[in-house]
Amino acid sequence: MADVLVLVNGQGDVPSQNTLELLGAARRLADTTRGKVKAVVLEGSQSGLGAALCAYGADQVLRAEHPLLKEYQSDAYVATLDQVASQAGAQVILLADDARGKEVAPRLAHRLNGGVVTEVMGIAGDGSAVLFQRQMYGGRTIATFAARRFPIVATLKPRAVEPASEQAGRSGEEAPVAVVLDASLLRTRVVEKVAEEVRGVKLENAKVVVSGGRGLKGLEPFKQLEELAQLLKGAVGASRAATDAGWIPASRQVGQTGKSVSPDLYIAVGISGATQHLAGMTGSKTIVAINTDPDAPIFKVAHLGVVGDFRAVLPKFIEKCRELTQD
Amino acid sequence: MNIIVCIKQIIDPEIPAEQFKLDPTTQRQIRGGLSLVISAYDQNALEVALQLREKLGGKITALCLGDSGATGAVKSALGMGVDNGVLVSGPALLASDSFGVARVLAKAIQKIGVPDLVLTGCVSGDTGNKVVGPLIAEELGLPCVAFVTRVEVKDGKAVMRRIVEDGYELVEGPLPVVASILSDDSNVPRYSKLKDIMVAAKKQVPIWKAADLDLDGTKVGAGAARLELRDVSIPRRESRCEMLDGDTPEGQAEKLALRLRELKLI
Repeated sequence: MADVLVLVNGQGDVPSQNTLELLGAARRLADTTRGKVKAVVLEGSQSGLGAALCAYGADQVLRAEHPLLKEYQSDAYVATLDQVASQAGAQVILLADDARGKEVAPRLAHRLNGGVVTEVMGIAGDGSAVLFQRQMYGGRTIATFAARRFPIVATLKPRAVEPASEQAGRSGEEAPVAVVLDASLLRTRVVEKVAEEVRGVKLENAKVVVSGGRGLKGLEPFKQLEELAQLLKGAVGASRAATDAGWIPASRQVGQTGKSVSPDLYIAVGISGATQHLAGMTGSKTIVAINTDPDAPIFKVAHLGVVGDFRAVLPKFIEKCRELTQD
Repeated sequence: MNIIVCIKQIIDPEIPAEQFKLDPTTQRQIRGGLSLVISAYDQNALEVALQLREKLGGKITALCLGDSGATGAVKSALGMGVDNGVLVSGPALLASDSFGVARVLAKAIQKIGVPDLVLTGCVSGDTGNKVVGPLIAEELGLPCVAFVTRVEVKDGKAVMRRIVEDGYELVEGPLPVVASILSDDSNVPRYSKLKDIMVAAKKQVPIWKAADLDLDGTKVGAGAARLELRDVSIPRRESRCEMLDGDTPEGQAEKLALRLRELKLI
């Protein structure tokens, strides 16, 4: 039996996309192992969220309410989840694989004397074993790990698994869970938050992503990528080389240390295809590469390729796209 | 301002796909004659440390867990300008999982003397778990901030720029603190001067074994691993790239747009 504890988030009555994916993975694992899905909500009282979580597969919703949980703070989250997990007694604890989840997961696993596995792309119950799939070697390999002890704290990569679907009439129990937190536990604090301006669609949700890399050789060409992205109702991404050069904010990075994207169309402009970048975009349905170097590794994963200088290719490409999309 | 930077030596992750091979028995990558590097973000962590020392003084120690060949990584760090280097080695230790690695590094950090700042790269270029920095923090009972690109120290506190999905946060923490480092334009690793590389090459790097570190043998090594690696495979990529040729770049551009239209992608 594998009970699964899921850390959820959402606004109002609506579970987030990440949460639905966590619930989907949790429900499937619980069903194959005859376990239960327990969802923990940390962010104050959201009256309708609990019912929605049950409709999407949670058997039990645990509310950990505390004034110190209003804003994310890693020490507070780790301490709270440690207490909730100890009380709930789950074998698998699932968090979203985002900046928070990855900061919290290893520390939580350490406190629970369990294991940790990040960037999980699949979870399966196999007899008595619980198996986790993830990439290794910057996306060159797929590895399967089996838990040797419990609990396992796992972070689930966005858009890697099917989200849970709503089952009308499905309900579960909701209960508050006691959390003891003291302000002295919170050693770090966020003093400022700076959100990058995002025009149009968010990179991680975009159906079309136009990314630029080292080959763009500067800040200026990103304006062209922006123009193309707007035209195709997509978002602009970048390789690590471009974010490290300061041409575009780090939050636009696609790759092992940036975002994982799997749009219908990924257009890589002046990106050679370092493994670090490929790890974040090879799930894209169609990949287009525009690069001067015919031997660039990006052409090994691309479906459509143009060997050429983007400065000559892009203006005409944008013009033609505009013409075609206006029809 | 004393800093310890944890570094890992790995096989160059940017080798061509055809040179990437797995040992069917150990399920690890085969080294062969491939070159070794300091994992990319560990180099950014070294750069962050060097810049802080330029402003605030103090000593930087590069700490590495690896086989005897990883002396090379420690010497590279010395060539970049760190003051001291320590290699921790031993076959049993090297078989540890992330928890074991963090335990070993934490014990070594305690032996060196817990500094004001412990830095790690936020992810290694091979196993890529992104967990060792936070685990070291737990081992040492220190606060931790992950995915940090910049560190400023003022009035005994560190202010760290942490990259999040939609931008960044400035996180303030007391010293000592553990930060895992991500790259940006402020921490591009410096090139070592030839003279410094030659000086570093002649330095003796102390090598510590398990016995030097007061380690509980049941907490490290393969036996202590919390997950078992069942299988690793190299997925076959079947993509055959359709090249859009043309006499002119404009012709290629037009073909590409038309092809995408045909595929209903635009």
